[in-house]
Amino acid sequence: MTIYRVIGFFFFLLLQVVLFRHVVLFHTAFSFIYLLFLFTRPVETNPLISMLVAFAMGLLVDMFYDSAGLHAMASVAMMYLRDFWLTRITPQGGYERNANPTVAANGVQWFLVYSIPLLLVHNSVLFFVEAGGVGYFWITILKVIASVTFTAFILVVYQLFFSKQ
Amino acid sequence: MERLFLFIYQYRAFFTFLVLQVICLLLLVNNNQYQSAAFFNSSNALVASINRTSQNFRDFFSLRETNQQLAEENAMLRRQLEQKKQSIYSLSVREIQDPEIVNRFDFVSARVTNNGVDLFKNHLTLNKGKKHGIQPGMAVVSAQGIVGKVKSVSDNFSVVTTLLNIDVLTSVQLKRTSHFATAKWNGQNPDYVDLLYLPRHVQPIKGDTVVTSGYNAVYPEGLLVGTVEKVSLKDEALFYDITLKLSQDFRSLTYLAVIKSNLKVEIDSLENTLNTR
Repeated sequence: MTIYRVIGFFFFLLLQVVLFRHVVLFHTAFSFIYLLFLFTRPVETNPLISMLVAFAMGLLVDMFYDSAGLHAMASVAMMYLRDFWLTRITPQGGYERNANPTVAANGVQWFLVYSIPLLLVHNSVLFFVEAGGVGYFWITILKVIASVTFTAFILVVYQLFFSKQ
Repeated sequence: MERLFLFIYQYRAFFTFLVLQVICLLLLVNNNQYQSAAFFNSSNALVASINRTSQNFRDFFSLRETNQQLAEENAMLRRQLEQKKQSIYSLSVREIQDPEIVNRFDFVSARVTNNGVDLFKNHLTLNKGKKHGIQPGMAVVSAQGIVGKVKSVSDNFSVVTTLLNIDVLTSVQLKRTSHFATAKWNGQNPDYVDLLYLPRHVQPIKGDTVVTSGYNAVYPEGLLVGTVEKVSLKDEALFYDITLKLSQDFRSLTYLAVIKSNLKVEIDSLENTLNTR
């Protein structure tokens, strides 16, 4: 089981840096497919481990973007809040044991409720830290909103196509 | 003491979060410094080779265009060489004999293996590095104009900070009137940069050529930057608001040249002796 996760880690990393890095609409809407790997960690994963995984993933993505620490920072912040958010939006009857929070398990609507606030956190940290503050406020806000929408769309579509039912 | 450990253990998630964020912050600050020899960037050998492979696939589709550009550049260089020869011949100007002056600048050709224009701080990676004599601080140009400055190098690759970076200020001048100004990207459209600090007594017109100035520590004087696209002047403003159209498309850069200035050490040390006095 662990070996699949390791393979998944590198699969999503490569997918991001080789393919989805170049999928940017109108210079504003970015797509971060690697977040799917972080989103679909099992619900009961130790938050320490999930944060370390997010850190490693972010750092490796950063090496390709030449932005050391940026994606790592955003991913770790997102992973830290993921735990609180997961307990808040527990579906009726609770999570199943070893459940992964995916579209297949809980449906599209639940996944959007789960992912969009976290994406907002991730992208806000990412773009505001990159811009070095609020000096480019409106462009940055536009980038955040466009990227959250586009990435959420990509994540759902990817799962509908490729996840095993 | 035990209580302290218990406290830390109780909030271990939060403390891990804090520690990781501090590490990220340190990396970010290090990376934002002017020149850095960072490990965590795309000049890393493995990262660069992955990028090169994926760029190879993409290059395949632009081969024809690249070929045409290179051929045009060749023709232009031949024409300039011939003009220079003819003018020297007819004026019977004595050629400069000092080989150090003649060979003052050296050009290293390099290929782009990784490029982006969508972030606020854009970088590109070249397939030449320390082994080929490239060092941080060197200027990078293409046939159509300036591109950026080498930020960090590894053995075989180098990372370049391009003009499309909200932190980069480039000293330029209007070619027609030789007035100095500063070019800076505003983070939006990769085809345009802003021209700052051009005082209001100057009369720029649409289509004016803007080139690098000699007050520039990075680029040689007179390299093309772009042309004036839009000029506006508010009533109470000290400076013009000018939009500059870049002379080249940064999205499709393929072959670039890194400028090695062989006399740079000498110039720098001479200027330093003046400054320390």
